[in-house]
Amino acid sequence: MTKNSRWVNVGFQIAALVLALLFTSLILLAAGAPPLEAYKNIVTGAFGSFKKFSDVLVSWVPLLLVSAGLLVTFATGLWNIGVEGQITLGAIATTWALRELQDTGLSPSLILFLAILAGMAGGAVWALLAGALKTFGGVNEIFGGLGLNFVATALTIYLIFGPWKRPGVASMSGTEPFDEALHLSLFPELRLSPWALVIAILAIVFVYFLLQGTYFGLRLKAVGKNFRAAYLLGVPTWQYMMLSFLICGALAGIAGAMQVTAVYYRLIPSISSGYGYLGLMVAMLVNYQAIWAAPVALFFAALNIGSIQLPIVLKLDSSLSGVLQGMLVLFVLIVEGVRQRIARRS
Amino acid sequence: MKVELRGIHKYFGNNHANNDITLNIPAGTIQGILGENGAGKSTLMKILSGFIHADKGEILLDGKAVFIQSPATAIHHGVGMLHQDPLDFPPMRVIDNFMIGHSGGLFPNRASVTRDFKLIAEQYGFSLDPDAYVDSLTVGERQQLEIIRLLWLGARVLILDEPTTGISASQKEKLFATLRTLAEQGKTIIFVSHKLEDVEVLCHQVAVLRQGSLVGEAKKPFDTKKLVEMMFGKEISLGARQTLERHGSVLSLQNVSIEDVRLKIKDVSLEVSGGEVIGLAGMEGSGQGAFLRACAGIVRPVSGHVKVRGRDLTGKSYHVYKRNGVEFLPAARLEEGLVPGLSLTEHYVLAEKSKDVFINHERGLKQAQEKIAAFNIKGTPVHTIESLSGGNQQRALLSLLRDPLSAVLIEHPTRGLDIESVIYIWGKLKERCRKGTAIMFISSDLEEILQYSDRVLVFFSGRVSQPLDASTTTVEQLGQLIGGKGWAS
Repeated sequence: MTKNSRWVNVGFQIAALVLALLFTSLILLAAGAPPLEAYKNIVTGAFGSFKKFSDVLVSWVPLLLVSAGLLVTFATGLWNIGVEGQITLGAIATTWALRELQDTGLSPSLILFLAILAGMAGGAVWALLAGALKTFGGVNEIFGGLGLNFVATALTIYLIFGPWKRPGVASMSGTEPFDEALHLSLFPELRLSPWALVIAILAIVFVYFLLQGTYFGLRLKAVGKNFRAAYLLGVPTWQYMMLSFLICGALAGIAGAMQVTAVYYRLIPSISSGYGYLGLMVAMLVNYQAIWAAPVALFFAALNIGSIQLPIVLKLDSSLSGVLQGMLVLFVLIVEGVRQRIARRS
Repeated sequence: MKVELRGIHKYFGNNHANNDITLNIPAGTIQGILGENGAGKSTLMKILSGFIHADKGEILLDGKAVFIQSPATAIHHGVGMLHQDPLDFPPMRVIDNFMIGHSGGLFPNRASVTRDFKLIAEQYGFSLDPDAYVDSLTVGERQQLEIIRLLWLGARVLILDEPTTGISASQKEKLFATLRTLAEQGKTIIFVSHKLEDVEVLCHQVAVLRQGSLVGEAKKPFDTKKLVEMMFGKEISLGARQTLERHGSVLSLQNVSIEDVRLKIKDVSLEVSGGEVIGLAGMEGSGQGAFLRACAGIVRPVSGHVKVRGRDLTGKSYHVYKRNGVEFLPAARLEEGLVPGLSLTEHYVLAEKSKDVFINHERGLKQAQEKIAAFNIKGTPVHTIESLSGGNQQRALLSLLRDPLSAVLIEHPTRGLDIESVIYIWGKLKERCRKGTAIMFISSDLEEILQYSDRVLVFFSGRVSQPLDASTTTVEQLGQLIGGKGWAS
């Protein structure tokens, strides 16, 4: 019977996907664009060549890191909207470390290692701020996180146009790029760094085992599902909430570090690139199950990369991928609601 | 109004909650529905009042078959239900609660409604202030409000689900008098309870449900032994009182004062010995809740000292008390005690004191199986806690207590449970006492308090009585103190 119901569930998920595609098609039609052509372009844009697929993986890395972190905060019942700012602070801290260390004569690999650690710390500190606001100030983490996101953006702009500005003229294109020695090494001919890929996969595996097999993970879940009961059962609740923020912030910080050391090689104004919000959607879509985060994040990354060429080929805006991603989340949630209603009736 | 139920069937998954139930209730009758927890009483009543629909069977009102689609349809047909937990809006005024559900147009006529309200209230001798906020009322007064509201909406059949839980003795008397009056006026009263004495005093006829089926009916006067037999399939008594050996002081309170928004408790001193059971009696909200929580470090006393086995733990957190062998079990099981969404096994793993990083799933499963057997829990290790019935949740809560303990503090250990579960749970608790654990518990069931306590503290709006010897105190004495009589001023 459970096997049967699992297939029913898969059927519902497919229905959600179909509905999302249908709805997006309607929007495309309204915009006067041929839907099938657009979808075909997205698919070839993402999977048309090995090089394109490797670009998808470049986008997959930060998304997977962020989603992994958010699975932890979601398990604890926290809506860590501030993850966007945590990526940014990770990138800022990494940039700071690289700037401080680049002329010290240390070996480049050591500098990179320290810079990534700095990124982790930066993201973690920003997350702990949101956590402290919630725990000690009674500020809901959604509001606190949102506020901190704005602060993080402002801080980036300030640094780029102030203390860290390029020699000569400061510009929106960011800080002075780092020396090639301080780039994470890439696969030959590709933009993908094997290091980044390995770190992201390690992160999701870490979170999977953390939530599935450890006392720590079980206590986090207990805090998330019933704060008061968890306290009476002996779980130090606010400490666990802070730890949960810390882990998510550290992972988001690594994502920011990867953006600096393996993608842009400098700090740019929109360094977080919306991966934080996208990660929230991935975490919701997988219904907080770590095992699904990798494929769903890959799918989202593919939509992102696949839609890049839409403006050139079809004169459509590349934000179409965002429409499709948003539709998908909405329909999956709606279909899940419908499924539960039906389950209750029968 | 005459109510007929014909061949009612209801399934929840594989559970046959109502199995072919046929019942005739003439107008002007007070019909009792007896049965232990999970017997199908609430299901049947929810079908009659439109909350859920029967899978098969029909309902006839005054001989006419009706389909009751929703609670609104039910009240339209004249069927109103009073729920165990009042379904009202505590932050709103009495009169606003009263008007909700009445189709009075966009701008209700508050003045005329207030007149109606006062008229009906007076008719039944209820003194309710229409402008008071509902959260300032007692459970009994909220019940009265709900009764008035249903009558005003035209209820001719009144269903009451466990209405005598949590109300005072005098409110119960008033409730019964009101129900009798209503019956004389030709209204039909359906009284759902598992309290035999209430049913015997009040009802004209009784139907007994067991495991979803109607197992028997009886008319006044009732044969108690027979009713119990029908309910449980066998006769049950609470057994003789027992006092156990003392093991020295485990919990000591010295001049403890507690304050919260509503009341102040002043200068309580108490020594509790291992093996002793202390019952806390009083109307809900008289201070016993804050007192019990203060003994566990959940509420901080404003002055005085709390010592556990001689160690002064005043002002420490609950987790420190817990490390010192004091555990607290809340009444709101699913809200405070257990974690909905986690399985039984996960609860046992969570309650373990383990320094390991990785969960040993096999050990957890084995532990769950042992506890399920030891506490006779109807469920499997993978069942989520909220899928268990209330009685089994309570057993699960109890099975999470660590061993050994100095003191166990429990709010309403057996509220809403059937007699068999009550006896079982107290058996388990007394086992603890034998090992030297002290127990302090709150209950609104006076018989439970006198049956299982050694000493009793009575609370009345923040005042605390001297410890009473339970073996020489009667229910009447206790009831008077709870109601505020016999206190030295």
